[in-house]
Amino acid sequence: MVKNLRVQEITEVELSLKQKIVEFTRRFSIQLSIVGVLLLLFSIFIIRNPGVFFSPTIYRAFMSSIPFSAIIALSLTFVIINGEIDLSFPSVMGFGGWVFASIYLATGNIYLGFVISLIAGACMGAVNGLLVTKIGIPSLVATIATSFFWRGALMVLAAGKGIPLVITRGTVLFNILVGRIPWGQIPMQTIWTIIIAVFLWFLLNRHRFGLHVSYIGDNIESSKMMGINVEKVKILVFVQLGIFAVFSGILASLEVVYLWPTLGEGYLIKAIAAVFIGGTLIYGGTGTIFGTLIGAIIIGCLEAGIIAIGFTGFWTQLLYGFVMIIALSIYAYLRRRR
Amino acid sequence: MTDPLIKMVNINKTFDGVVALNDVNFEIGHNEIIGLIGDNGAGKSTLIKVLMGVHRPNKGMIYFKGKKMENWSVEIARRSGIEPVYQERALVDKQCLWKNIFMGREITHNLGFLKVQESREKTENLMRKLMGFTSKSITPESIVKNMSGGEKQGVAIARALYFQAELIILDEPTTALSISETRKVLNFIKMIKEEGKSAVVISHTIYQIYPVVDRFVIMDRGRIVGEFKKEEVSMDELIGKLHMVADTGHIS
Repeated sequence: MVKNLRVQEITEVELSLKQKIVEFTRRFSIQLSIVGVLLLLFSIFIIRNPGVFFSPTIYRAFMSSIPFSAIIALSLTFVIINGEIDLSFPSVMGFGGWVFASIYLATGNIYLGFVISLIAGACMGAVNGLLVTKIGIPSLVATIATSFFWRGALMVLAAGKGIPLVITRGTVLFNILVGRIPWGQIPMQTIWTIIIAVFLWFLLNRHRFGLHVSYIGDNIESSKMMGINVEKVKILVFVQLGIFAVFSGILASLEVVYLWPTLGEGYLIKAIAAVFIGGTLIYGGTGTIFGTLIGAIIIGCLEAGIIAIGFTGFWTQLLYGFVMIIALSIYAYLRRRR
Repeated sequence: MTDPLIKMVNINKTFDGVVALNDVNFEIGHNEIIGLIGDNGAGKSTLIKVLMGVHRPNKGMIYFKGKKMENWSVEIARRSGIEPVYQERALVDKQCLWKNIFMGREITHNLGFLKVQESREKTENLMRKLMGFTSKSITPESIVKNMSGGEKQGVAIARALYFQAELIILDEPTTALSISETRKVLNFIKMIKEEGKSAVVISHTIYQIYPVVDRFVIMDRGRIVGEFKKEEVSMDELIGKLHMVADTGHIS
């Protein structure tokens, strides 16, 4: 009887267009809500200052600045869906950026610096993963400790000094990572953000690994019972964030052609806020890459938008908080209704 | 004589010096439904976790169809066809139905990318034909959290049967369920028997599981203190024996 089931044809349940729309809005209510919040914000910006928001200049500025926190937020989404947290990524970003700059200056080989710094990012992520899975330290405290460690190591090794990266200008890698296409219009970091978002979307929604990340965040006992290698998945989740944090750090350094020893500071709250504004659940198990991307755009454009519509910079944090409360309240309401 | 499906011999398990299982010998036959009963702390869950490969015994051996199994683990237990159906732990609540059905055994292309459409279609088939879900409100995309307790167990049992499980473990399958939901679960257990498979049902509510069980195994303080085929013991006698074990620690 059971064997026969595998070859039986299914009967399609015909749905009317209206039912399909209802089903679509129900399934994607979180994503639609976050798009609604973004559209509302931009409507306010455009109405209050059409001169700025109908000009491409501000969008070019957004496209050059938002990707650094967006890439990290996209990657961090996996960690939070997995039921963990990582607070060390700003330090990993800074230390990885220093590895990149130092190796490049020491060897003159920018590609070597790039590859080794990404490997360093993977190792730093693996350290977090091992502390959480093998030693059993909760990720919140484990990554606070490694955050101090890597930032401290950077300060000691760099003696608190920055590294100029002007000589990277004109290299092929520079143009690939932070150049402008076409005709100097679109920053390459935006293209990278889109590529990474698409890649991570497929990984989360269309690959076995992404499902295992969600299952573990949803119910770790059940995942173990069903034979999922929980430790391996958790370590890989931290590893990928290490790699993407360093990648983002390199992009941010190349954009300003300078490595600051404080690189990464300031991204912590923004990246975490983008993930939660995007609809990822703090308890793990569920979240969306699309939502995080929109969340990162909201967080990234809010400051400039606030100033452009006539408020002072003092309003920024207040409005970050306000937008977050609105978005989280909508999600809480939608989840209760489900 | 055919070897039993599972034979656990002289199983001992301690946690930080506390004895959880003490020289337990436990057999499960082919196409047999066993009721594993006993008070809280009797060792039922520990025995099942050893059987599932979650806990490694300190001493003892496990035989599967007569074959001595070295390094028994979750992986080997699952490959051997042992499937857990725990009310709270069998499924991932925030995920949809098709993901739960293929959890840990996803249908994929070579690089691990999912065959989503095929997974949905197979889930649809299972839902209609095996689980008996006829409501259009439940689809392969339905979130499991929104299903009833009985329906969830139906999903887990159907999943086990679909993957040709030889032995299905049900831990407190009727706890906190309504009468109609309990009936659904008992029907699912009957279905396991009809499919020629075996099951171990852990339960406190003997009167509920009595009709579907072939043999009862009573545990107390890490030991098996009694085994009875259903035809040897009435439900009232069984409850009486269970009370006696709780009071005195043995059946006499």
